[in-house]
Amino acid sequence: MKKYELFDHTADIGIEFFGRTKKELFTNAIVALKDIMIEENEIKPLQGHGKKVAVEGADTADLLVNFLREVLYLFNGKRLITVSCVMTGFAARRLTAELALVRYRPEKHTVRTELKAVTYHGLSVVKEKTRWKARVIFDV
Amino acid sequence: MYDIKLEKLDDNRWLVPQTGAMRVPGIIYASDKTAGLLAKDESARQVANVAHLPGIVNFSLAMPDIHWGYGFPIGGVAAFDLESGIISPGGVGYDINCGCRLMATDLALDNVRERIKDLTAALYRRIPAGVGSTGYVRLSGKDQQKVLAEGARWAVQAGFGSAQDLETTEDGGCLGGADPEQVSARALERGREQLGTLGSGNHFLEIEVVQEIFDERAAAAFGLRKGRIVVMIHTGSRGLGYQICDDYLALMVKHQAETGIVLPDRQLACTYLAAQRGKNYLAAMACGANYAWANRQILMHLTREVFEKALHIAPRELGMRLVYDVCHNIAKIESFHVAGVEKKLCVHRKGATRAYPAGHEAVPVLYRSVGQPVLIPGDMGAGSYVLVGQEKAMNETFGSACHGAGRLMSRSQAIKSSRGRSISRELADRGVVVMAANKGTLCEEMPEAYKNLNDVVDVVHEAGIAKKVARLKSIACIKG
Repeated sequence: MKKYELFDHTADIGIEFFGRTKKELFTNAIVALKDIMIEENEIKPLQGHGKKVAVEGADTADLLVNFLREVLYLFNGKRLITVSCVMTGFAARRLTAELALVRYRPEKHTVRTELKAVTYHGLSVVKEKTRWKARVIFDV
Repeated sequence: MYDIKLEKLDDNRWLVPQTGAMRVPGIIYASDKTAGLLAKDESARQVANVAHLPGIVNFSLAMPDIHWGYGFPIGGVAAFDLESGIISPGGVGYDINCGCRLMATDLALDNVRERIKDLTAALYRRIPAGVGSTGYVRLSGKDQQKVLAEGARWAVQAGFGSAQDLETTEDGGCLGGADPEQVSARALERGREQLGTLGSGNHFLEIEVVQEIFDERAAAAFGLRKGRIVVMIHTGSRGLGYQICDDYLALMVKHQAETGIVLPDRQLACTYLAAQRGKNYLAAMACGANYAWANRQILMHLTREVFEKALHIAPRELGMRLVYDVCHNIAKIESFHVAGVEKKLCVHRKGATRAYPAGHEAVPVLYRSVGQPVLIPGDMGAGSYVLVGQEKAMNETFGSACHGAGRLMSRSQAIKSSRGRSISRELADRGVVVMAANKGTLCEEMPEAYKNLNDVVDVVHEAGIAKKVARLKSIACIKG
């Protein structure tokens, strides 16, 4: 099953994320961000560079936005690329996760697309027949 | 996707009828040439969405460069009553005080024609551009507080430019009410190393030549002469502004239910201007605005140095001076006549510039007899326009005009249609030298990705909210 797909937005970038479960959708979204933002080749998760995060939200969609917001902050603010994610707790309005981070090095990593912020515009997280789907528009 | 029936009011304005829970109607500035584009995206729906917000005065407006944004449309203008109205971080945008700065010089095209490649390369080396670029100015905590409180004034005091530059910067390069205490540690951290950088995306520095003058009197006042070299800089508050917007957006979404305001789009998350949270946001937003003004002031100074060094000329020969600096992502408390009574309102301009007329006290003394310069850059090949604000803008658009051409294609469409082409070669054939940190940016920003600048500017001109003064042609461009 594909993990994500881009959709058109005039000024910015829209991404649809998928997962068999809601929890998987959240994990896939993090991997998708890395794929979309960074050229893959040089990335190896650094040993011992895991980061625990706890995120809250008013509902599932808000929780997803806040989770993506945290990962974007790590890149845009700290120059850390989140390469993978293990969910350690997952409830309707709160999650905890362990992120594997790699420091961004311009000489090693090419920024494919700079996602500057996650927006709430046209945001949705829905269950379809066999999968969960989220639609999110990012500011670029 | 498009369920709004627009009604044509006249040759340059379309009405978005008031339906459902809209508190006011919408008005979109568009001509027959540009109105057809509205059916292509969700921007007209966004004009209607903004009309749902409490305290909105007269109309939810959109300038002719309107296109699909998030929350507010890009090109959106909306004014709110200070007592019953709201403030929305999404209505200002992530890049707080993203704006343009135009500098005039005494150089003729012939003075730079032979050296244009070297000059562009020198600018590209000196002006940090691209994703996460960091600047030469490293701020101590104390200095950063000053930047946030004082804006371009701080930059001038620190040796970047002269006090004269402040006279022709909107608000003197410093928005009042800034309180660094309202800015998060994350935002401060992101701002620490990015002062004096261009950034990426649609930000740029362009060398242009004055190609045509439409209004001799205003052009003379602005110091624009046909055939002379000018420089346009487009950038904003970098990561600091983004983080301020994001922090307050998250906060307002979290507390939205408490306000009792029902929103058609969560990105419009807002609070009342009279509420403490609203005041805090405005104080933080002013910090973002001031950072952006300091940023553009520093970039202007670096540009001046590069020109002098690369062309081996003295400051007097170069004669580089600031024509004007406008912000186009901002919320400001300004006075307007509403039903014959002067009232203070909070005007949100999301991808729209101020366009004040002659005689207004906020117009620099130098330009008060003609009006405020309105800077409207187009795509990389098209160049830019300089307009001058008109009285009609005060009556119709809360003293506002458009801020650019407006996007037409999505970024992926642009990349698709640029496949197999060299955008930099094509631009070179049109007489524009381009250097960019990221090749993908050039494709995303290709000229066809934008609306026709002439068509967009004609709407503003014909509608009478700002009048054409000069047209500028690009000859070199650096991008992130």
